[in-house]
Amino acid sequence: MESTNFFQSLLNTISGTVIDILPIVITLVFFQAIAIRKQIPNVKKLLFGFLLVIIGLSLFILGLEQCVFPIGSEMATQLTNLNFITNGNALEIEEIKSSGIVAPGLYIWTYIFAFLIGFSTTLAEPALIAVAIKAREITTGAISEWGLRLSVALGVAIGVSLGSYRIVTGSPLYIYIISGYVFLLIQIRFAPKEIIPLAFDSGGVTTSTVTVPLLAALGIGLASNVPGRSPLLDGFGLIAFASLFPMITVNAYAMISQFRARRASK
Amino acid sequence: MNSTLKYLLDKIFSAFKDVLPIIIIIAFFQLFVIQKPFPDLPQTLFGVFLVVMGLFIFIMGLESALFPVGEQMALQFAKKGSAFWVIFFGFALGFSTTIAEPALTVIAGKAGQMASDSGVFEEDGIMTLDGYILGLRLTIALSVGLAIALGVLRILKGWPLPFFIISGYVLIILATVFAPPEIIGLAYDSGGITTSTITVPLVTALGLGLASSIRGRNPVLDGFGLIAFASLTPILFVMLFGIFVYGTGA
Repeated sequence: MESTNFFQSLLNTISGTVIDILPIVITLVFFQAIAIRKQIPNVKKLLFGFLLVIIGLSLFILGLEQCVFPIGSEMATQLTNLNFITNGNALEIEEIKSSGIVAPGLYIWTYIFAFLIGFSTTLAEPALIAVAIKAREITTGAISEWGLRLSVALGVAIGVSLGSYRIVTGSPLYIYIISGYVFLLIQIRFAPKEIIPLAFDSGGVTTSTVTVPLLAALGIGLASNVPGRSPLLDGFGLIAFASLFPMITVNAYAMISQFRARRASK
Repeated sequence: MNSTLKYLLDKIFSAFKDVLPIIIIIAFFQLFVIQKPFPDLPQTLFGVFLVVMGLFIFIMGLESALFPVGEQMALQFAKKGSAFWVIFFGFALGFSTTIAEPALTVIAGKAGQMASDSGVFEEDGIMTLDGYILGLRLTIALSVGLAIALGVLRILKGWPLPFFIISGYVLIILATVFAPPEIIGLAYDSGGITTSTITVPLVTALGLGLASSIRGRNPVLDGFGLIAFASLTPILFVMLFGIFVYGTGA
């Protein structure tokens, strides 16, 4: 990247970020002045904090656009490369080129990659650690921190992996999502009551700001490279999978722990 | 001075931890599975540096300014404010924090680019690329604002949460039938994109404040309810936005 180019896009991003932050500033100042009718304490510290937010957010967005997104599409391109998936088998490549169809099984490394990215980024997610501690306290130890973290990470991993398979096959997203939610509704009837809000929480908060754009880029990249798929129609949906499946695995984990606790007490 | 340095190093490391698993897995794949060097490695490493430094400065700014003030205001409103002001504050908080979410900024831009590549703006003539991106972000922010306002009203009135969640899903399924196929994936994704770095801590503070100031409420359940609403309404609203841009799919 040329340096003049870089500073040009940095300036553009900063001016965009200032506008994006403005609604929060207006909200805080307006409600402080009109409704609470008090002076904002520590104005200097607050202004400095907003300056940090603007600089940090601008660099971060630039990094997401110029690094995380390209990484996601680059991985999708490499993993769907015909030479790579057929191990350079010229006969197979010829067949795919003439028929325009690739057997979904050939993309096995794509599903493994999606699984590992989902699993590892979720396990490292700070927001999830907070939820896990809360879960242990509410259930007085019946749900362990590691048990919850592993089941959420497994849920995201299965979700993203299945979501990649869906993009490869081009089957409609709503069938997966709606049957997932129906399954979840049935599961909720049997899962321990106190875990349900946490199960829902783990669906929403566990995909971080870095993972979400990476998954979006991976999905769009897959849809652009797999023959017969369109990025506009098939590219999105991985994030929805990543939010749905942890709810199912967490409920399942809670049900298993409850079942084992009952058996132990008999 | 020593403790400041330790604090800074701590923050940089935790920002780095967010990208570390991604780096490890990609390095593993390049070395052992794909067995080729990663294309454009220097530029990618520079990008990783931007992400880590940006995230570090951004989070530091949030924690030193936005979160303390926002959380304190959320608590104050929950304890003292009249119903009208709390609901209004909930709306403004949901709207403004969503507009600032970085993941939404980046993904909305990408979605706009893809719609533009498909040529929908040329056929249409009224919609432009910038209009689409701004429209998408405003739609999502508006839907989160309304979700928080409704969620606050629900906590104040003590209405049951499952009723709202289930009706939300029913509405989403109905909208899916009429929505154009180009928008469905993005719509379902938008629920997960919006509940992120800036929105979750502030909205959770509002939920906790409300639940603890009203007798007989469960902070875990009520705090959760707001986020659950905020991940449902964007799905519905983005599908309506899609119908507006592309027309109905059926």
